[in-house]
Amino acid sequence: MKRIYFDYAATTPVDKRVLKEMEPYFSEKFGNTMSLHSFGQEAKLALDQSRQVLADLINAKPNEIIFTSSATESNNLALKGVALATRKLDSRFHGNDNAHIVISSIEHPCIMESAKWLAKNGFEITKLPVDKYGRVNPKDVERAITEKTILVSVMHASNEIGTIEPIEEIGKICRQKGVYFHTDASQSFGKIPIDVEEMNIDLLTASSHKMYGPKGAGLLYVRNGVKIEPILHGGGQENGMRSSTVNVPAIVGFAKATEICKAEMKREGVRLAKLRDKLIKGVLKIKGAKLNGDPRNRLPNNINVSFPSIEGESLIIHLDLYGIACSTGSACSSAKLEPSYVLLAIGLKPEEAHGSLRISLGRQTTEKEIGYFLKVLPKIVEKLKKMSPFKL
Amino acid sequence: MKKINNTCSTLYTPKVMATFKNPHNYGKIKNASGIGKVGNIVCGDVMWLYIKVAKNKKGQDVIKDIKFETFGCVAAISTSSIITDLVKGKTINEALKVTKDNVIESLGGLPKIKYHCSVLAVDALIEAVYDYFLKTGQKIPADLEKKHKIIKKSKDIIEERYKGWDK
Ligand SMILES: Cc1ncc(COP(=O)(O)O)c(C=O)c1O
Ligand code: FES
Repeated sequence: MKRIYFDYAATTPVDKRVLKEMEPYFSEKFGNTMSLHSFGQEAKLALDQSRQVLADLINAKPNEIIFTSSATESNNLALKGVALATRKLDSRFHGNDNAHIVISSIEHPCIMESAKWLAKNGFEITKLPVDKYGRVNPKDVERAITEKTILVSVMHASNEIGTIEPIEEIGKICRQKGVYFHTDASQSFGKIPIDVEEMNIDLLTASSHKMYGPKGAGLLYVRNGVKIEPILHGGGQENGMRSSTVNVPAIVGFAKATEICKAEMKREGVRLAKLRDKLIKGVLKIKGAKLNGDPRNRLPNNINVSFPSIEGESLIIHLDLYGIACSTGSACSSAKLEPSYVLLAIGLKPEEAHGSLRISLGRQTTEKEIGYFLKVLPKIVEKLKKMSPFKL
Repeated sequence: MKKINNTCSTLYTPKVMATFKNPHNYGKIKNASGIGKVGNIVCGDVMWLYIKVAKNKKGQDVIKDIKFETFGCVAAISTSSIITDLVKGKTINEALKVTKDNVIESLGGLPKIKYHCSVLAVDALIEAVYDYFLKTGQKIPADLEKKHKIIKKSKDIIEERYKGWDK
């Protein structure tokens, strides 16, 4: 059976051109970037060149890029790094006063859990609500900032519902108030334009495996002058901000993937948005189907819909039996058996969250695949509805 | 490395998947003798079991027909189907002896986090029989009354816990 991959938001295949670029760095140019001999310098050169490519994409300087292993690590470093550095350096917080951090209520679990950990360790956290489309209101950010606020973290685009946040406006407010602004751009990096200057971004997270690069590489952009405390201590790699022997092959791949995304961004964005809109139109013809997320400010590759009377795990497994790979925010498919907090935050009822389906498109997606999906999906929905006590 | 070729093979057994693909006895029974409604939409699983009861030659109550309607995951749909197979044609007394372990065994196993789906199937049957006894004005055996109370209590707890979630 031919398989169709509609889960590019979870991870992407490594582009063949990327793989080719990485190849020499496993067995041939395998040196350690910290070594002074030619093997080491070869690796160091590749690292420096990669850093330049990554910096260029977002209008940053190379020395503002810290390579990490993943977006999870970058987000942990951003939140904990700023929090701990402030506690150490800012005399306002040497007494009993707690520093304050603002996040949105639809962040990825690695931001949520980092914030939770900080809350347990004496920081104050505010979670901003979002509107029915999943957008943070910049005015809410402004109102949430207090004298003790040190950091605002709002994602650039949602991994679940594809909503693009108004980060330019949020960045501007943070700049005016003298508060650091971090954005998790894991889902938008390489897909839509980012300019850290224009958008007043102080810290930014990206992940290689979401953009046709290999797993095991991520980055944290940290604006010059922004103080962070490292989490990994050791040999002093990455300017002392992230010790550990640098994963050169993965980073070379990350850079190549970035070059390709940059060159193809415009054309690919238009192509995917067309396919996305076609898919949305087709899915909404199914009775009861409802689009989640913002119809306008939306990633070109994300579709998220709910069906009221069926459960998501059953839906995605039926799709899988037809060779189609999607994901769901249903509780039954999560380890905690709780429905997606993102979908609840945009006001969905639990049963609507249970019946949610996320389809994320990518480089290999074709019009034919969309056609096949739109033929199969109504049949499955119909079958599950027949089995369900709810007939909405 | 082992090749993965069937859907969900690391999570569900082939029997679960086969049952999920082609479940038996789903739908409604008009004029059912008893209906058991368990689960909670907030948790993501709701199971309704319909039974049609008739007397056999010995005059015992027999589950002549049984159907389910389930909103839930692969495990919930498979356990629903299996319980209908396990008790169809049995006397009510025999049917009430079916346990969650019987359900799990018949499916060749379930992941631990999905055990509650098999409990749901057994509970739905108990509730359907209880409903039948109530409707026909029969005396409810002490054991059944006890089980019903436990099911109802846990249902109330869950409803209390999730009250206001949808506001
Ligand atoms: C928005 C967002 N942030 C963070 C992550 C975590 O990324 P990684 O797998 O690189 O740790 C993901 C991906 O799951 C994501 O979509
Ligand atoms: S129905 Fe939710 S886990 Fe089975």
